Formats: sequence, C-alpha cells, structure tokens
Amino acid sequence: MLDIRHIVKQYSGHRALDDISLQVPRGSIFGLLGPNGAGKTSLIRIINQITAPDSGEIYFDGELLQPKHIERIGYLPEERGLYKKMKIGEQMLYLAQLKGLSRNDAAQRIRNWFEKLQIENWWDKKVEDLSKGMQQKVQFIATVVHEPDLIILDEPFSGFDPVNAQVIQEEILELNKKGATIIYSTHRMESVEELCDYIALINKSKKVLDGPVREIKRSYRNQMYVIEYKEQDGVVPNLRESPLFDLIEEKKTTENYEVTIRVNQNNALNEILLHLIPQVEINQVKEVIPSMHDIFIDQVTTPSINKSTHHA
Amino acid sequence: MHKILLIINREYFSRVKKKSFLLVTFLVPMLFIGMYMAIFFLTKQSYEDTHAIVHVIDEEGSISAQLKSNKHIAYSFSNTGLQEQINSLKDGAKNTNLLLIPADFYTTRKIELLSAGKPNISTQNEVRSQLREIVRNKQYREMGLDVDRIRSINDHIQIAAKEITETGDAKDSHTEVAMGIAMGLCFLIYLSLVLFGTQVMRGVIEEKSNRIVEVVISSVKPFQLMMGKIIGIGMVGITQFVLWIMLSLALMTVFSTAMFSDKEVAQQAMGGNMSELPRDQAAAGSTNFDWMAALDSVNFTELTICFFVFFLGGYLLYSALFAAVGSAVDSETEAGQFTMPITMPLLIPYVLSFGVLINDPHGSIATWLSMIPFTSPVAMLVRIPFGVPTWQIVLSASLLIGGFVLTTWFAARIYRVGILMYGKKASLKELVKWFNYKR
Repeated sequence: MLDIRHIVKQYSGHRALDDISLQVPRGSIFGLLGPNGAGKTSLIRIINQITAPDSGEIYFDGELLQPKHIERIGYLPEERGLYKKMKIGEQMLYLAQLKGLSRNDAAQRIRNWFEKLQIENWWDKKVEDLSKGMQQKVQFIATVVHEPDLIILDEPFSGFDPVNAQVIQEEILELNKKGATIIYSTHRMESVEELCDYIALINKSKKVLDGPVREIKRSYRNQMYVIEYKEQDGVVPNLRESPLFDLIEEKKTTENYEVTIRVNQNNALNEILLHLIPQVEINQVKEVIPSMHDIFIDQVTTPSINKSTHHA
Repeated sequence: MHKILLIINREYFSRVKKKSFLLVTFLVPMLFIGMYMAIFFLTKQSYEDTHAIVHVIDEEGSISAQLKSNKHIAYSFSNTGLQEQINSLKDGAKNTNLLLIPADFYTTRKIELLSAGKPNISTQNEVRSQLREIVRNKQYREMGLDVDRIRSINDHIQIAAKEITETGDAKDSHTEVAMGIAMGLCFLIYLSLVLFGTQVMRGVIEEKSNRIVEVVISSVKPFQLMMGKIIGIGMVGITQFVLWIMLSLALMTVFSTAMFSDKEVAQQAMGGNMSELPRDQAAAGSTNFDWMAALDSVNFTELTICFFVFFLGGYLLYSALFAAVGSAVDSETEAGQFTMPITMPLLIPYVLSFGVLINDPHGSIATWLSMIPFTSPVAMLVRIPFGVPTWQIVLSASLLIGGFVLTTWFAARIYRVGILMYGKKASLKELVKWFNYKR
C-alpha cells in the first residue's frame, strides 16, 4: 500500500528522519512505534503531504505520492480538535467536503455514522457542549467518513475512556476487515499486540526494527524457558551446575518450584528435561516470549552499539 | 480550487451569520447618523441658547449707549447696586450675565463678565467684538480719522479657489470639504484594516489553539487555508461596507430632508460661527459657504472605487502579515509583541494625516507615503479628495498589489511552519528559521 524509501527530513540543526524505509502492506494494521520525539509525527506528516521530505520518496499504491492521493487517506492527528462554535453536523460536512465528498454524499454518510454510534441527536450541538470523549468520537468519524484506503491514526485512544476506546477499536478492526490499511502510531504498547500485524520501531530519527509482529517476537526469543515442577519424594534436583543452561531465576511457591533458565545450546531443552523428568514432576514448560513492550523498552534504552547482537 | 471555495464559504458565512455582525452592520450607521443628528441639534440648541441677557453696569459711563442689542444678545441697563445685581444673578435664569465696565476701561481695556453658570463663549465673543468696535472707533476719533470714511473702506477679498482639471476647465475647489472627506476616509481605512487584519489573526490563532489546523491541512494546502481565510474575511469586510453605504444613504436621505429645511441652522451647524467679527458681517453674505455645491464637487464614484481598491490592497497586504503572526503564537496575548511592528507603518500615515498630509497633500512626504505599499492605503486615501493624478493612483495601486503578493509569499512561508508549532515561543530568530525551512 505504502512504500517509503529513504526518507530524510532535516530541520535546522536537527535531523527528524534519518533514511527511513518502510513497507506498509495492503490491508494490514501497521504499528508505527517509538518514544515521544522519535520522528513518528514527522513521518506521518510527510505521508499526509503536510510537509515534504528533503530526500527520498513515497509510493502510494504503486504511484509516486501526489496531492490527488490525499482524498484516499484519512488522518487523525495527535494534536486534534474541532471548531468550538460550529455545529457538529455542519463541521462534519465541511471536513468531509474538504476530503472531496459532495455535500449530499457527505451528509448521507455522516448520518449513517451518527446512527451507528448512536449520536443522531448531536447534529445541531456545538463542540463546546460535548465532553472530550464525545469530541474524540466525532473526530474519528471525520477521519474515516470519506472511506479512505489508508487510515492514519496518531495516538487514537488518548482521551478515551475504556468503554469508548473499545467501541473505537472495534470500528478500526471493522474498517480493516473491509479492506482499509491502517497505520497506528503510538508510544503505548498495550494495544499493539492485540491490533497490529506489522510494526516499525523508530527511535532517535532512525528505524531500528520493522517487520511482522510474529516474526519480530520470534526473533526476540532468547531461549528462555520457565519450568514449573513439583519435588518428588523430597528430592530436590540439582539444577545448578550444567554447561547446557544458565539459571536465571529460581522461585519456590507453596507447592511448586519455578525456575527460569536460558538454554545455551540449540535443542538442549530436551536434554535438560530428560535430566529432570526422573527426578521431579513437571507441571509446565513454557518459552518466555518477550512482549512488544519489552522489545520496545529494550530497543529504546539499549545503547545502539549492542543492538545487532540481540538479533541472533 | 474547489476546496479553497469551501474554506472561503465557511469563513464568510460563519461570520456573516453571527449576531454580532448584524448588530455592527446596523448599529454603526445608526451611530454615525445619530452622532451627526446630535451635533446638529446641539448646535441648533446652543444657537438658540445664545440669546443672552446682559445686565450692564457702566462705570465709565459712555459705553452702555454704544452697545447694541441684537438677536444674540440683549443688553439691559439698570441703576441698582452691584451687590443686588450679583444676588439677582445667582437665582436668575441661565444665560443671564452681568457686565462690569470699570471707569478706566479705555486705558486698561479690561471688563468683567459675571454669569450664573459657566460663561457662554459666544456671549463672550459677542461682547468682546462689540467692545473692540467701540474702542477702535474711539481711537480713530482721537487720531482725527473719520470713522464713517474708514467704515466705507471695503478690503474684503474673495478668493475663488479653482483647480484646473485635466480637461483644462477650472472648477471650484472646496478645500474644506476635501479635508473633511480625507479625514473621514483616513479614519475609516485605518480602523477597518486593523479591525479585519486582527480578525484574520484571531481566526488563525483559533484554529491553532483548537488544534483543528492539522486536520484541515491534511486535506488542503496551508496556503489554501490561509488564503481562504483571508479572502473570506475580506468579503465579510466588503459586505459590511456595502451594507453601511446603502444604509447610510437611505438614512441620510430621510434625515437630510428634515435637516436642510432649516437652512440657516444647517449652515451654522456645518460652517461654524461666521459672525465673529461684525466688521465682516457685511461680507458674510458673500462668503456664505455653499455646502451643496461643495458636496457636488466631490467625485463620489472615484472616491468609492479608490476606497475599495486601496482597502482591498491594504487588507490583503496586512492580513497576510496578521495571519503569519497568528500562526507564530499560541494565544492572542502573546501576539501583542508582533502586531505592534506590523501596525506601525499603518499608524504613521494615520498620525501624520492630521497635520502634514492634509495641509500639504501633494508634498513630497505625502507623495512618498502614498507610494510605499505599507503606508499607501492610508496616505493615498488622504490625498485623493484633493485630486491626485490618475497615473499616481495607478502606480500606487500597482505597487500595493506587488506589495501584497510579496507579503503573502513571505507570510505563507512562516504560516505553514508556524501552525504546526505548539508551545514554542516564537522569537524573531525562530521566525527567520521557519522562513528558511523547505516545505
């Protein structure tokens, strides 16, 4: 859907984007992650043609990105708002028409959305009479009313209470199911695993990581396992001295032992288990898969020199 | 193009539909007419009020016989004592005065005029001019001059100030009318440029602080948004002017019929007191200002066209700058430091117009100020009622158009960066940096 190639954006004395290349597959939910100030918003503004890159180019659906593509993109900026004194209905009409819809078409679709979210009676209300969460809902409709192929959401859930966040999340998934590609930019990881198929992680103006979520997580496995067992006949197995693994943590709960180990050789887990099986009753063995949150923290806080070593 | 029309549409109708717009549109002409009426009736009132009663205590003895009552003043001579007179004055009617002429009046030329309230200026003037006449006559006599013969000297000179028009005809020039109109125009354009420029700035700040601006510029170019706003608000301004002109004309026609029916009062109201020197009273008839002819001499069509041209040019030039300022700040209070330098070039010709420009409308200062794009809207409109060669008007207007293209280009470069900068305190250095950003 979107092919971003070697984008560089320089502000005086500060490079906001340093040679960023990304592919956003059609129909995906693409998480654009990174801490505050990493360059996410700069990149999004370039995709929306609000600013232009110093070098590099973006292909939209195979074509070089041009002004005509604006109507196929829906953008919910992080810094968002509405005209306070304008009636909601008129405001929506205005924004939809700016995205290229005819007045009648816009009115019809807005009414449909209002019905869907059960806010029909808001048409003649003014924005200043709505709560912040209500405004966010209206804002979301404004973003998607022209049925864009690409929807860019910058921190879409900030300001929503959990109930409304759920409503919006469902709407996002539904739009995605109908074929819209979604770029979801955030620095909050909770919803990323739930929503995203692909992610890219940007830190300090550089891309540090991208790819399908599952693969990334797989590549971040580092042979850590948690083994939960019960002692048998009062014998405590000796887990301490083995070249096969490092003991990371050992815990004793009321009835179980829980050890976390890092296996040092490929496929050594079987051997370790073979060693354990005669001695103890194994309840559970599970691999420790890092959460996106952990990967994020790891990538953002580790000095960049060490980063390559993590990918083994 | 379609999108900029949408923006203009929103900017225009969201303002025109406001109650405050209607209020201002209808109230201002009412206010002007009201003021005009008030001045007219007050003048009429005071004109009638000037019929003053002056009790004279003449210690010199020969003066009272020479004072002449007329329609402004009525002298009465009584022999009652001074204190009694003062007492009666205290509870006497308004505009009753007591004139004390001391015995040595001819040498000191000092008198006292006591009155119940504040002494009336026109009564004072009337008394003074009569006394001057008396003193003058006495001095003529002492010098052995024949008063009657001196009186027969007629040194009144009538200047028929005419200006040569382009066709070579001489037409009456009415400098006073030109001055009046120049002041009016200067005031109107200065006020409206600042007013509508500020509206543009407010609009930009509103969009920025509402955070809607990024939503909008993901659909349209920042330049389209800026121009749409400027054009929309400009059209509001023009709508307002057109409505004002129409309303004023309608109201004027109604009231002027009533006003000019009393010709003498109208003349008094508009021309000021012309009978200050009784000596010239004989000539007053001929200097009688013909207001109707003077007003006829004004080319209202030219004035109106020029006003709209220079208002539009000036508005476009300044509103672009105001838009840039609006984009650079987060709130209106912050905007002050930037609006000051912007309005300076407007203020200069405005302030100068009261003295320099009006007295010397074709001097070099006036001519230069009316050519420089930043000052020309005000300065040129001050000059136009005095008659400005067409080539100068055209040149000035072209320079103004060039000026606004330049400021718009300049403003747009700051605007597109400024609207996306939140919470950054804009310094001049920062603005230069923004200006140099590539898109």
